[in-house]
Amino acid sequence: MNPVLSMRGVSRVHGSGTVAVRALDDVSLDVGPGELVAVMGPSGSGKSTLLGLAGGLDAPTTGAVSVEGTDLASLSPAALAALRRRSVGYVFQDFNLVPALTAAENVSLPLELDGVKPRAARTAAAAALELVGVPELADRFPDDLSGGQQQRVAIARGLVGERRLLLADEPTGALDTVSGEAVLRLLRRRCDDDGVAVVLVTHEPRYAGYADRVVFLRDGRVVDSTGASPAPLADVTR
Amino acid sequence: MSIPHGLLALLDEGPRYGYQLRSDFELRTGGTWPLNVGQVYTTLGRLERDGLVEAAGEDDEGRAVYRITAAGSRQVRDWFTSPVSPDGRPRDELAIKLAMAVTVPGVDVATVVQAQRTATLRQLQELQRSKARSDPDDLARLLVLESQVFKTEAEARWLDHCEHALSTARTRSRPSAGTVGTVLEEKA
Repeated sequence: MNPVLSMRGVSRVHGSGTVAVRALDDVSLDVGPGELVAVMGPSGSGKSTLLGLAGGLDAPTTGAVSVEGTDLASLSPAALAALRRRSVGYVFQDFNLVPALTAAENVSLPLELDGVKPRAARTAAAAALELVGVPELADRFPDDLSGGQQQRVAIARGLVGERRLLLADEPTGALDTVSGEAVLRLLRRRCDDDGVAVVLVTHEPRYAGYADRVVFLRDGRVVDSTGASPAPLADVTR
Repeated sequence: MSIPHGLLALLDEGPRYGYQLRSDFELRTGGTWPLNVGQVYTTLGRLERDGLVEAAGEDDEGRAVYRITAAGSRQVRDWFTSPVSPDGRPRDELAIKLAMAVTVPGVDVATVVQAQRTATLRQLQELQRSKARSDPDDLARLLVLESQVFKTEAEARWLDHCEHALSTARTRSRPSAGTVGTVLEEKA
């Protein structure tokens, strides 16, 4: 199986000459279908830069990033934007749900922005909410939901339309341990059952423990990794 | 095994006699691990038997001095670079190892911390897998596993703290030769 995300010798340098800052330095990372990879490191170690590059929000200075076999550098801006909408889901610490829209409307929003017909988008949103275990919240507004419920809705939005790569930046940051664990169990299940590939940036060791692999960044470089997991699904991809 | 290794780490810096080893050990570990001199000599006897230290005659005041052997030096390097095993380890071995690593010249403390962090995260992965395999209604088992998750998590956080404190010390110190600052400077 080909990796869903492949980063090869990726560096990202901000500025040039004496003021150049190397935010990411020669990082290579493959994430296969069904694999959950956690990225840990102190602040400023390059975690968010890595996620931005993986999702095509930023371009590497050198090296290559591929999503589902497509080299992002080969795409026109319009094609890159389309790939970001259709293939990559994002989940953030602060959920980023639109307060004036219901849970179902929030989830269907990326599809409708992508030109999917409203009826089809609604059906897909309902399926995604079902997938994350909260179909009953479809008509509620974000302000009426707990933090854990909001994050489930945000994950549904990240997965809607059968996207296969989910990039999660501290998704448990605002949650207590019980809700945070529930979010990780949910991400884990989507990997195991649906073959979703997840890159999870976290500073919480307990949540990184759900990953098949933990990668440690420091000063923009990968300094260590827990190695491949014994789980067969994660192993066959490499 | 942390006392023998701690003594070996001290001898790796240079020969010492028994009382000196005791006081240096206590100093380095912040007095959290008091030793009696009998323990020190028993340990030295065992280390000598195993070929890790050897007698180096007497000093001016007639005290028996010990020095480390090549095999002993190798064992110190191995100790610093291998993570503490989770099974039945004395509770403070990791703290002692870090205290020694910070003060013994030539040890890359960042590498010691990272080796342990990787091992700690592997333990957390194993614990989370055990939780996933457990019967969700078996609350007792889940809570016991959860207590291990919290302990292991605390160790990982402490390692983060160590790393942060080290990098702060590194930027602060502009050392002269032979001080702790030199050790930290070498990691930069």
